[in-house]
Amino acid sequence: MYSMALQHIKIGDWLTILFGSIGIVMLTLKLWNGELADKAIIRSGGKIFREVPLSRDQQIEVRGPLGISIITIQNRKARIASDPSPRQYCVRQGWLQQAGEIALCLPNQVSVEMAGSKKQYDSLNY
Amino acid sequence: MTASIIEHQDLGTGTEEPVATAAPDLARPLIPNPQSSIPLSTTPQDHHIARMAAVALGLTLIENAIPTPLPGVKPGLANIVTLIVLTRYGWRVAAWVSLLRVLAGSLLFGSFLTPGFFLSLAGAVCSLVVLAFAQHLPTRWFGAVSHSIYAAFAHITGQMLVVYLWLIPHAGITYLIPIFATAALIFGTVNGLIAARFMNSKNEMLIHENNERHEIG
Repeated sequence: MYSMALQHIKIGDWLTILFGSIGIVMLTLKLWNGELADKAIIRSGGKIFREVPLSRDQQIEVRGPLGISIITIQNRKARIASDPSPRQYCVRQGWLQQAGEIALCLPNQVSVEMAGSKKQYDSLNY
Repeated sequence: MTASIIEHQDLGTGTEEPVATAAPDLARPLIPNPQSSIPLSTTPQDHHIARMAAVALGLTLIENAIPTPLPGVKPGLANIVTLIVLTRYGWRVAAWVSLLRVLAGSLLFGSFLTPGFFLSLAGAVCSLVVLAFAQHLPTRWFGAVSHSIYAAFAHITGQMLVVYLWLIPHAGITYLIPIFATAALIFGTVNGLIAARFMNSKNEMLIHENNERHEIG
């Protein structure tokens, strides 16, 4: 049964399958490993509050409807160090490092999004 | 379509059978109601293309009935027809069948000129462009399976381009590429196998019969 199906695959077909598989594995490794972020985009109330490079360690205070959220940038990573939101999800999320990672503090409407150097202009978010 | 034209349909062999153009029979008009219909001169090849496109359309229908875990990941069964037509009748006929299937399918599902229609169209056009090159691969080493895989990759490439350039201009969709690429490889291989199996089935049956005769004898 299997041999009957496989006999329709010629040598070139096997090569195609092989190189296709290798290509997919490489593509997956490249796309899913993610690149390290270069900057953090801090939003408050949906609007961009600041875009900060990760190269300099600093603390940023962002005022939201509930109070002040403190964002810490250290060692090319960023986290929300403190936030007045009741459930503290964004604080517990911890350090963000990879491009595309995002921490949202919802009632306080503060978010930190990590962006890589190749981040494209995004017409959905603006 | 008039009855007299249907009578002259070819039998799916694709050969250019000369249509027996009957001498104009004045007693029995070709068209029942000449005032309200436009006579279309159709060739046997037109009928053949239409029939192949109808088969592809049927496969699309079946495919739409199969639930998929991820929207957008579809087996693309209709491409089996495109592959067979490409090998047997050439690229031009395959292009007709493929594009007719996209158009008629969109009318059938009510998605004409919706994003889904343009996604199908982009996929079909990219596949056809790649198949135009792939069909010249040496047939000794490359069969329908290769054609199918290349077409499947071209299909998702075209679709992702439309998605990125038009629908979701966000780098985030690159995360989906590995999933679609894997699906393309798997379904491309399976579709190619089915097409190859179908095209070889006649030879195989003969071989099989011969073998059986040998075993008996």
